[in-house]
Amino acid sequence: MSAKKESLGKTVGIVVAVCLVCSIVVSGAAVGLRSIQETNAALDKKSNILAAAGLYEMGMSGSQIESTYSENVEQRYVDLETGEFTQAPTPDYDMYKAAKQANWSTKVEGSNVGFQRRANVASVWLVKDGNDVNRIILPVHGSGLWDLMYGFLAVDADGETIAELVYYQQKETPGLGGEVQNPSWQAKWEGKKLYEDGDVAIRVKKSANPDDPYAVDGLSGATLTSNGVENTIRYWVGENGFGPFLKKQAWRS
Amino acid sequence: MADAKEMKKALFGPILDNNPIALQVLGICSALAITTKLETALVMSLALTSVVAFSNLFISLIRHQIPSSVRIIIQMTIIASLVIVVDQILKAYSYEISKQLSVFVGLIITNCIVMGRAEAYAMKSPPLMSFLDGIGNGLGYSFILIVIGTIKELFGFGTILGFEILPLVQNGGWYQGNGLLILPFSSFFLIAGMIWFIRTIRPEQVEPKE
Repeated sequence: MSAKKESLGKTVGIVVAVCLVCSIVVSGAAVGLRSIQETNAALDKKSNILAAAGLYEMGMSGSQIESTYSENVEQRYVDLETGEFTQAPTPDYDMYKAAKQANWSTKVEGSNVGFQRRANVASVWLVKDGNDVNRIILPVHGSGLWDLMYGFLAVDADGETIAELVYYQQKETPGLGGEVQNPSWQAKWEGKKLYEDGDVAIRVKKSANPDDPYAVDGLSGATLTSNGVENTIRYWVGENGFGPFLKKQAWRS
Repeated sequence: MADAKEMKKALFGPILDNNPIALQVLGICSALAITTKLETALVMSLALTSVVAFSNLFISLIRHQIPSSVRIIIQMTIIASLVIVVDQILKAYSYEISKQLSVFVGLIITNCIVMGRAEAYAMKSPPLMSFLDGIGNGLGYSFILIVIGTIKELFGFGTILGFEILPLVQNGGWYQGNGLLILPFSSFFLIAGMIWFIRTIRPEQVEPKE
């Protein structure tokens, strides 16, 4: 019995059988649950957009998020070079995937924002009240201390006043850099101005005066994360980012 | 057929008398990392318990067929498959928590408790006992995680499962949150403290001096 159990044929047979059963189980679970997972991921993104829009309330159910989103938020695409609205290059366009392809993206130069290429066409979300656009939500990302941080910057319809800065994906140190997600720190961004006389003026600095419209107090104990946030915002509202779009104010026409 | 007493021992023994974290000091990597909030600790406990229980069950079912030369690989394959299934289920039904647990669900594959129980128990015991042993060890792991998660969340954030117990200074209360407890390595002190506590009430667990 035991000699037979150790034979080559038996060993190979068992290994193949176990692998076959396991792979069927795993692929079954992956395929069977995919649609629910994709719904979750899309819903999570929408709830972050709603948070940046100032429309998110704690404990909103999935269907509430869906309906608030479809009533108030419109997704558009912007050609970053001209600052004009454009068509989505592909039906399921993803600017973070496009940034990895040379013909869809442009090299980042003269900024330490922390990534090599950015997509030529970016998604923006317009928050509407009836027909009036009252906020523009811009996707921003840049490196923090440990990894890229992804967030949404919501700007008022004047194109220069910050309404909200929401980070939804970051790997900073909990309690220190991780405080970028702390609501009390996020609240400090509200009402700050991006530009002074047409130049990017917003800064993150230590013990900033709360009344200074161009400076936000940095996170204590997280200087590198704070610098990362500053680089991110300054890059994305600058001339290589959404600068032309915010100056043209294409959402008004 | 195993009698009721033996089953009870397999099921509840690992909670205090033979705790996988406190006595065997296995699987502490995830215990350090994901106990910052009680909710993640609970979900992690549930995930680990189901993986240990079912990996023990399946390995025990085919234990007479597994050639000893490739037994570790076969155990790993079964464990890895179960972990992926658990991860997929979490992503589908508990998206928020699966985002917080992130890589740690995947790391159950290398959790020493799962491998240890498969190799040490399931390979030589009948399926039912192995299954109970898996649940028992999962409960032992859960017990430590829940205690640590409760302490860390209560004194670090002033909440339990997100409900405010100690109002924080930042929110206009009186409690100054303990920043140390929010960081993963504070579990070192807490787990060490629990090992000390358990060995004080169960002195037979103390290793003899060399």
